[in-house]
Amino acid sequence: MSKKNFKIISIAVVLLALLTAVFIEPRYFNQGVDFINGKFNLSLPHFWERPFQLGLDLEGGAELLYEADLSQIDPENYGQAMEGLRDVIERRINVLGVREPEIETTQVGSHYRLKVRIPGITDPQKAIDEIGRTPYLEFQEPKLNFEEIQVQNKKVLETGEGDLESPFQATDLTGRFLEKAMVSFDPNTYESLVTIEFNEEGAKIFENLTEKNTGKPLAILIDNEIISAPRVSNKISGGHAQITGKFTPDEAKYLARNLNAGALPVPIGEPISQITIGPTLGMISLQKSLKAGVIGFLAIIVFLLIVYKFPGFLASIALLIYAILLIGIFKLIPVTLTLAGIGGFILSLGMAVDANVLIFSRFKEEMRSGKNLSQAIEQGFIRAWPSIRDSNMTTLLIGVILFTVGTSFVQGFATTLSLGILFSMFSAVFVTRSFLIIFSGTRLGKIKKLWI
Amino acid sequence: MKFPFTKYSKIYFIFSGILVLISILAVSFYGLNWGIDFVGGSILRVSYIQDRPSNQELLEELSSLLDFENFSVRLSGENEISVKMPEVSQEIKDKLTNFFYNAPGVEKDTISFESVSPIVGGESRTKAKRAVVLSIFAIVFYVAFVFRKVSRPIKSWQYGIATVIALVHDVLIPTGIFAILGHFYGVEFSIPILTALLTIFGYSVNDTVVVFDRIRENLIKGSGTTFNEIINESLNQTIIRSINTSLTTLLVLFAIFFLGGASLNYFSISLIIGVIAGTYSSMFLASTLLAEWVVVQQKLTR
Repeated sequence: MSKKNFKIISIAVVLLALLTAVFIEPRYFNQGVDFINGKFNLSLPHFWERPFQLGLDLEGGAELLYEADLSQIDPENYGQAMEGLRDVIERRINVLGVREPEIETTQVGSHYRLKVRIPGITDPQKAIDEIGRTPYLEFQEPKLNFEEIQVQNKKVLETGEGDLESPFQATDLTGRFLEKAMVSFDPNTYESLVTIEFNEEGAKIFENLTEKNTGKPLAILIDNEIISAPRVSNKISGGHAQITGKFTPDEAKYLARNLNAGALPVPIGEPISQITIGPTLGMISLQKSLKAGVIGFLAIIVFLLIVYKFPGFLASIALLIYAILLIGIFKLIPVTLTLAGIGGFILSLGMAVDANVLIFSRFKEEMRSGKNLSQAIEQGFIRAWPSIRDSNMTTLLIGVILFTVGTSFVQGFATTLSLGILFSMFSAVFVTRSFLIIFSGTRLGKIKKLWI
Repeated sequence: MKFPFTKYSKIYFIFSGILVLISILAVSFYGLNWGIDFVGGSILRVSYIQDRPSNQELLEELSSLLDFENFSVRLSGENEISVKMPEVSQEIKDKLTNFFYNAPGVEKDTISFESVSPIVGGESRTKAKRAVVLSIFAIVFYVAFVFRKVSRPIKSWQYGIATVIALVHDVLIPTGIFAILGHFYGVEFSIPILTALLTIFGYSVNDTVVVFDRIRENLIKGSGTTFNEIINESLNQTIIRSINTSLTTLLVLFAIFFLGGASLNYFSISLIIGVIAGTYSSMFLASTLLAEWVVVQQKLTR
């Protein structure tokens, strides 16, 4: 490559880095735009503003892992049920008016799970309550020996001996088929009611159920508790039902609202894993890790200047460009930044220097063996390249393997570290090299003391 | 000035051997103090603005609050407190959160809670084991592949084995240290530490590969010199680079350790130990092993 090409590369990279810097922190640029707009009566646009995506540990928030109990669902419909569950929980959380929750369904072996991530929530307990409070609605029909069990239960209650047995058994009809719920009043008793409407599928099941159990009671359960058990007088088509339960108007309203926001299609219970992080703690962690990054970076620059003099200075600039571009990439993709992720990034800064160190060591050797500056630079790069490639590849390999471990800590770390290593190779091979070649041709290139 | 690395091989072998032996003994006798990530359980963390209560005070207060005994209190950082217990119900979590929310001196917005069910913990353990095994295989194959064209006097798989021995050395030592820390100071073996150890896998090999690359290069152009001399030559050529690279990596790791906050403390410590062990082993262990191996080979064939 000719020197001219290296000049073009250098200028392009520096411009790109400047542009990225504005992208990372557009505030000053936009203030400038405002100033000019005010002064010359223009309406120049602001730079594209895009927030960093921060992980829970830096922003605070909650991550909850639920396990869905799919025992009542036909295996064929598992996927559908999980989808439904996700939608419902999403609606539930949106009621809180927090930022968009991230919800994903996962399957581990035979376990179906739902991971709910609510960033930035100040009161995570409220979210957990809100999710947990969602009523699980189901209809149950009397067992065949309904009368017998009732007699038996009465005896148990009187004597206090033996165990109670539920006279009802599960049916297919659950909140999954609910279309909507409304509050109404019984015109005769003025009692508050909740009327519910099933979707088509639910209406059919309800029709069959009422036909099968005409003359018998049908239990309506919310969260496993029998709210009412009205006697079915005849087959009910059309999918309308009423829940009477001696509700106060407020209770009825609350129940209807919750049913509307979503009766859970499948029960989930309490979270099996959870992380809730106070917002202040996240902010402290963020500040601390940024400080560590800045100090670490400065330490490297001092080290490079002392040990490698002028090439060290050029490498520092290359490293700065590397850091800016990488942060820009994090913001652009966006990579969710976690504490571990920032750790991985800082570590990659330390490792990124390695490529430069390898090149400079070779470069010094070549200089000592009597080559002139530009020959030494070119040879240094050519001979250092296999080592740079082979040695970085192992860390990259591990980065990929780490990703399969799967928790957010490991993934955050693996992502930034791997991206960092890829970029560091780019930075050493293109940026440092171009800088070195350009400056070796200037007057600075003649002062040998600067270079070794 | 040239340092005759291979001359003192026995000293390095004994030194490393002792460290590795202690680590193995520590791991087998004390075991690892698995964190909740791997076995399930709950942890509540909170920072104090001022006047953090003593361990004893907290233990007493919490004993009267909770109706179970198997929880522990740890003070960490300047003002942090963590309460570790088996996986607890939402109800107990509420109780604890409320207690700390209303306790004097507590910075309310820092209360954090983490709970992992034993099932999920077990899954993480399985995944972790899989990742460790996968990493070892990946690295042996990678090193064997990279050095496939080198044959005399060392075969490419021998580079692979020497790398893995150095690797095991680099990972066992921090693991042993964490077994000891876990036994005496209750430090937990958590996912961040596992992540750090796996990273050491990559890093340690990285260092060794650079030295081996030099050996390979010198073997190709080297004529008339003995294998021992080539190894010494290569080590002397790469030692500055090894030290400089480790230094820059250590610089940032110390920055994370001192400034990065309590949650990254043990993560950065394990990396620091690993990087030091890795640099040492790539200079003194991996290549000298190769040299000794050739000596033994030559004796056998004679």
